[in-house]
Amino acid sequence: MERGVDVAKQPAIELKNITKRFGAKVIANKNVNLTAYRGEILSILGENGSGKTTLMNMIAGIYFPDEGQIFVDGEEATITSPKDAFDYRIGMIHQHFKLVDVFSAAENIVLGIENGKYDLKKSTADIKKISEQYGFDIDTEKKIYSMSVSEKQTVEIIKVLYRGADILILDEPTAVLTPQETEKLFNILRNMRDDGKCIIIITHKLHEVLSLSDRVAVLRKGEYVGTVNTAETNESELTEMMVGKKIALNIERSEPKDSQERLIVNGITCVDRQGATVLDDISFSAKSGEILGIAGIAGSGQRELLEAIAGLQHLSSGEILYINPKTGNKENLRDKTPVQIRDMGVRLSFVPEDRLGMGLVGNMDIVDNMMLRSYTKGHSMFLQRKAPKDLAMKIINDLEVVTPGANTPVRRLSGGNVQKVLVGREIAASPTVLMVAYPVRGLDINSSYMIYNLLNEQKENGVSIIFVGEDLDVLLELCDRIMVIGSGRITGIVDARTTSKEEIGLLMTKSKFDGKENDNG
Amino acid sequence: MIVQFICRAILLGVPLLYGSTGEIVTEKSGHLNLGIPGIMYVGAISGVIGSFLYENACGNSLDSMNGVLAVLIPLLCAVLGSTLMGLIYSFLTATLRANQNVTGLAITTFGIGLGNFFGGSLIKLTDSEMPSIALTKTSSFFSVKLPFADDLGAFGEIFLSHDFLTYLAIIIALVVAFVLNRTRVGLNLRAVGENPATADAAGINVIKYKYVATCLGSAIAGLGGLQYVMSYANGVWSNNAFGDRGWMAIALVIFALWKPSTAIVGSFIFGALCNANNYVQGLGAETQELFKMLPYVVTIIVLVITSMRKKREHQPPASLGLSYFREER
Repeated sequence: MERGVDVAKQPAIELKNITKRFGAKVIANKNVNLTAYRGEILSILGENGSGKTTLMNMIAGIYFPDEGQIFVDGEEATITSPKDAFDYRIGMIHQHFKLVDVFSAAENIVLGIENGKYDLKKSTADIKKISEQYGFDIDTEKKIYSMSVSEKQTVEIIKVLYRGADILILDEPTAVLTPQETEKLFNILRNMRDDGKCIIIITHKLHEVLSLSDRVAVLRKGEYVGTVNTAETNESELTEMMVGKKIALNIERSEPKDSQERLIVNGITCVDRQGATVLDDISFSAKSGEILGIAGIAGSGQRELLEAIAGLQHLSSGEILYINPKTGNKENLRDKTPVQIRDMGVRLSFVPEDRLGMGLVGNMDIVDNMMLRSYTKGHSMFLQRKAPKDLAMKIINDLEVVTPGANTPVRRLSGGNVQKVLVGREIAASPTVLMVAYPVRGLDINSSYMIYNLLNEQKENGVSIIFVGEDLDVLLELCDRIMVIGSGRITGIVDARTTSKEEIGLLMTKSKFDGKENDNG
Repeated sequence: MIVQFICRAILLGVPLLYGSTGEIVTEKSGHLNLGIPGIMYVGAISGVIGSFLYENACGNSLDSMNGVLAVLIPLLCAVLGSTLMGLIYSFLTATLRANQNVTGLAITTFGIGLGNFFGGSLIKLTDSEMPSIALTKTSSFFSVKLPFADDLGAFGEIFLSHDFLTYLAIIIALVVAFVLNRTRVGLNLRAVGENPATADAAGINVIKYKYVATCLGSAIAGLGGLQYVMSYANGVWSNNAFGDRGWMAIALVIFALWKPSTAIVGSFIFGALCNANNYVQGLGAETQELFKMLPYVVTIIVLVITSMRKKREHQPPASLGLSYFREER
């Protein structure tokens, strides 16, 4: 650690009393003070909705602060547009990539730069030079739409470097990467730091903060909590700063008890409308009283798999057998509609990733959303509102849903509360098989752990749970077995207690380079 | 007969080419301008007003008219009129973020009404028996041909016998194709239409590009209206004679897969299809109407084929029809 500490560091960015409001009520940032130095990696840590991205967007010129000052290299700067930010040599890599799909990598990189003649060949040579300097791997001719997420991110980073940025802001750069890709990215970022650049990385993953950054700045509910040196802190201290109180970050995983096969999936294949094979000969079984995790790069067929089991996807081959816990009979669910599946007495619950699209009706209130599952009950021509209303109240109380009332339209609730309503409803149906897709996406730490605990509770009640997740650390702590899929096929099923992140990461990309014929990815 | 058929197809195709080149420029900025029919109509009537005033100022005698002015005045009027319409559209959609479909349809209705109002007024001024105005003198300046075209037989007739607006249409389409694909401005414009948030983050002035592209596109489309009156109709304006050419120009944009160079060929194919009914023997009035549907049928076929082939480059600009607001969340 000789370098960086001894050398008197120059402040690259200083924020003073920055406040940003959206409308009259929402305060995204309040009196934030922050300094980032050259030659360091600064992490901005905070939960979802703590204002990290908003704050960085103000440096990048996407938003303009309502109050406060921004200093770049010691001088006060007025950044009203992304172009101003470039002029101050600030570049931001957004979480949702800002790339034009039908353009090639090179076209995206030179987009918006006004320097003399438009000459793609010369630009391509410059791009190659930058790539070599920092160790990127890039095909400049390739169109964005045919790139993997990691390649797109590379383009984004080079785009910023090509503009000569020496202050780089990365918004949740690892959210979509495999562990191997993440490590590669981190090495590149370290190279840049050693090159004297100022790197700011927004994240909510603690272990990344600890392994990568020099200092950590923490935000909570839009306010600046403090900055600590990474070397002098630990996970629990950071969590406490983030959440504002001590919380236990342990998931209590119990051993599965008298596990029996509940769902047997046998060689299912699914072809989408464009004719691409999205599920390719998938076979596995889900057991009662265990959590089966599904890992994989986003879009590898996780969604289709769950939908196929729920009766929402047409299969071209294979069978899905449900073993009725009461009778022991096997029933084939293939090509049945959700209503038929329910009428067969199969208690299947599904929490889809698209909460307000597939799970709940945004414009309806909590009670009506409860009723979506029970409106056929009763024999009168009028709806029974009592039971759903009781259920809604119970969920609001038990899961601590923050809402003005049971009659508030669901879309007005925050992401975490929407998720609680949905999970609560699905669990209330006392399922024997519970499928959840990305249940904690966009949730704060407290809500996330509440969901994990709910799932564990269900598991102990003998429910068979299928959990599609993106955070490998969580999958490893929560699940009993983890099934990895890549490009629509199973690349491995491992024991979550003995496997490692690296092993899963390798499995996630396996079908791509083990020579199997598969070019869907 | 074949030569005549081809010449006729080109003559019919040129207004469509102007219209679709203009609409391509507009759509590349993400603006779905369904006001094109109205804008072309306004372009036509503006040109007519200009030339009407000039002819009157010259005392309606051919000798006292200056050829250059006789062409330039209607030309400028047409460009001005249609640009103004484009400006209204841009203001409503880019600045006020109104719904583009509704705005476009309103512009079409407004433009046609405006054209008919001024057309009717001019007809009343001339006290003519017929419900039309004849600007044959101006038209004669517009249809000046290359002097040696007649000496070169069929080749001369097909390629060299047209009025200058025909060549201008092709040149504009080629220039637009070059600008879109080979220049920084074109790259920026395409980025605006594909993904305005990205373009904005890259430092491109999205609103400016949308305004300029829409106004420029409207001006080009307006020339199509002028060409229709001055070359196709020999300077005779009558209300509603322009027909559904504006819609056909929009169909041509889809047919050409948003490529101006393809639109050149496409416009002549459309021209030929529009005209085919006159060259097939023994058609009744009802089958003639069926024949006139051919351009649309072909467009649908192209749509079906391209959507089956799923090539990303053949899709419309990704943010076509959507308003852009930076701080939206």
